[in-house]
Amino acid sequence: MSALAIDVTGLVKRFGNKTAVDGVDIHMPKGEVWGFLGPNGSGKTTTIRMICGLLRATEGEGTCLGYDIAREADQIKLSTGYMTQKFSFWNDLTIRENLEFVARLYRMTPLRQRVDETLETLGLTDRQHQQAGALSGGWKQRLALAAVTMHAPKLLLLDEPTSGVDPQARRDFWDEIHRLSTDGVTVLVSTHYMDEAERCDHIVYLANGKLLTEGRVADIIKESGLVTFRVEGDSVRRFAGALQQLEGVDHVSYFGDALLVSGAQRESIEHAVEAATDASVRWQEVRPSLDDAFIALMARAGGDQRAHA
Amino acid sequence: MTMGSDTFARISAIFLKELVQMRRDRLTFAMMFAIPILQLVLFGYAINTDPKGLPTAVHVEEQTPIVRTLLRALETSEYYDLVMQTDDPRESSALLARGEVAFVVSIPAGFTEQLIRGERPQLLIEADASDPAAASNAIARADAILTSALRHDLTGALKSLNPGPAPFELITHAKYNPEGVTQYNIVPGLLGVILTMTLVMITAIAMTREAERGTLENLLAMPVQPLEMMVGKITPYVAVGAMQTLVILVAARYLFAVPFIGAIWPLLLGVVIFVLANLALGFTFSTIASSQMQAMQLTFFFFLPSLLLSGFMFPFRGMPHWAQWIGEVLPLTHFLRIVRGVMLKGSTLVDLHVEFFAMTAFALAAVVVAMLQYRQTLD
Repeated sequence: MSALAIDVTGLVKRFGNKTAVDGVDIHMPKGEVWGFLGPNGSGKTTTIRMICGLLRATEGEGTCLGYDIAREADQIKLSTGYMTQKFSFWNDLTIRENLEFVARLYRMTPLRQRVDETLETLGLTDRQHQQAGALSGGWKQRLALAAVTMHAPKLLLLDEPTSGVDPQARRDFWDEIHRLSTDGVTVLVSTHYMDEAERCDHIVYLANGKLLTEGRVADIIKESGLVTFRVEGDSVRRFAGALQQLEGVDHVSYFGDALLVSGAQRESIEHAVEAATDASVRWQEVRPSLDDAFIALMARAGGDQRAHA
Repeated sequence: MTMGSDTFARISAIFLKELVQMRRDRLTFAMMFAIPILQLVLFGYAINTDPKGLPTAVHVEEQTPIVRTLLRALETSEYYDLVMQTDDPRESSALLARGEVAFVVSIPAGFTEQLIRGERPQLLIEADASDPAAASNAIARADAILTSALRHDLTGALKSLNPGPAPFELITHAKYNPEGVTQYNIVPGLLGVILTMTLVMITAIAMTREAERGTLENLLAMPVQPLEMMVGKITPYVAVGAMQTLVILVAARYLFAVPFIGAIWPLLLGVVIFVLANLALGFTFSTIASSQMQAMQLTFFFFLPSLLLSGFMFPFRGMPHWAQWIGEVLPLTHFLRIVRGVMLKGSTLVDLHVEFFAMTAFALAAVVVAMLQYRQTLD
């Protein structure tokens, strides 16, 4: 058996004459938590769907949990859990009925006990007879995660599981992901949140259907070659416009009362900050944000500057 | 800006949005033209409330010029289409029971001789009156057709027979529904119509509803095979069909006093096959349509010819041949023959085996198409 949970090469998906995914390679070891990043429409969902057999790849090949993605979709479906971007359980079934459906479909025994356990873990025992449609976004997400992990999948594919969920629920969610990971489950999770990306062992970044970069967060920031200065002081925001105009400054962003000034070279930024501000400001070098790193990488690759702004 | 121009701006905004959305939904747009054309063709060409060319068997025990004149008169009247000769009265009864012919005309031996002697021999027309509308005009005209034909032949020495009453006595037997009660025909037929309408519709939205609510992606991500999906989806509605059948049969018996001459079990077997055929077809529609709206339109597109060409609303034999061929494909046509045959004529499984085969073939074809159409991926 391969040590890779996902091992796909040259995945291409075309819809008509539109290429959604354009030659993506993913070689993901078992047991890790990977973040799948990229702007909307960059091909993340399409790639995930090809990996779990929901879409047929136009070109390319590979395996998921050792099963061929083109020919063995049924086996893949048995041992993966796929949580869709939009809540896709049944709003007109109760929480318990949704879980019972999944439990029956995967022939879990003893049925009642397995459902009871899941409800208990979820903290939904008291509300088990409520229809799923009545749940808030955060609870729906917890229900969906419980439902796709009930059959003890070896691989979890989570498509933007935390979009529209409050911070506390997001934190609980990630605690659960890491708990599952400790149990040996491999997790590929797509997200737009950089703090979530930083919780991953490894990041894959897609842009326009192509793999822009991948690696550990620190490596990606290093690869971007970006330098960021944090500029503080009274009414520091008034300098933003002038700073943005200067050579050597790639990006100026607001961070509370401070400005984050990023560029490719330390000296150029120092000169720019000195030229554009006055004696009232203080500044120091800080770690560049992952956001800025991706934007810099995209710009270098000739990608769309606005895509992640 | 005045109130009036505000209103106009808002109306035109909505109008333009509707126009764009109407153009985007091609199937709905196509149906808006296809359904009126279908209705025009069916009502305009296929439907005939004065059915002619009804298949007729002839049981004649003698061949004389007068007998030939009578038969030719029936034929040229266009109401009767003399399709076969029989020698055995039992065979002619069976033909009528199976619905292969609408009439049996019997002329006994010695008819001509008795006629010439002025003894007014009997001429028998037996009619399948289970659908009163189909038989009534042909029966009503028979006497006049035959009498006026003979007037030409009765010349010379036979001229004396001409004045006065017809020189023969026409006996008509309206079999299976002698009083011509319309309900006897309509109520059993309604069983088929109601099952078609509700069951095709309910399964037609089976898959499209999952797609529209976003739950299809979830279902497809689970290890479910197409046939498992289909059987699981349609089985609950077999029970619905059974309940509907029970309600209609009870109503037929106690509200409309429709006779039930045959055995119950050929009817129940027919109901089961018919229900499965409709559910399978509905599931097929739901694999073709991309929205619930489209699924409903496909259902209507199927329901309309079923209603009009099956023999439910209008006599089947009165339709042109092309319309009868279309009718033969529809499961409702065969089911109507089964339910009317069993209830009104006491037909047996053997009498009706062709109808059972036809419905089964339709059901299997629907399953095959559904399985070919079913997409296990989101492609």
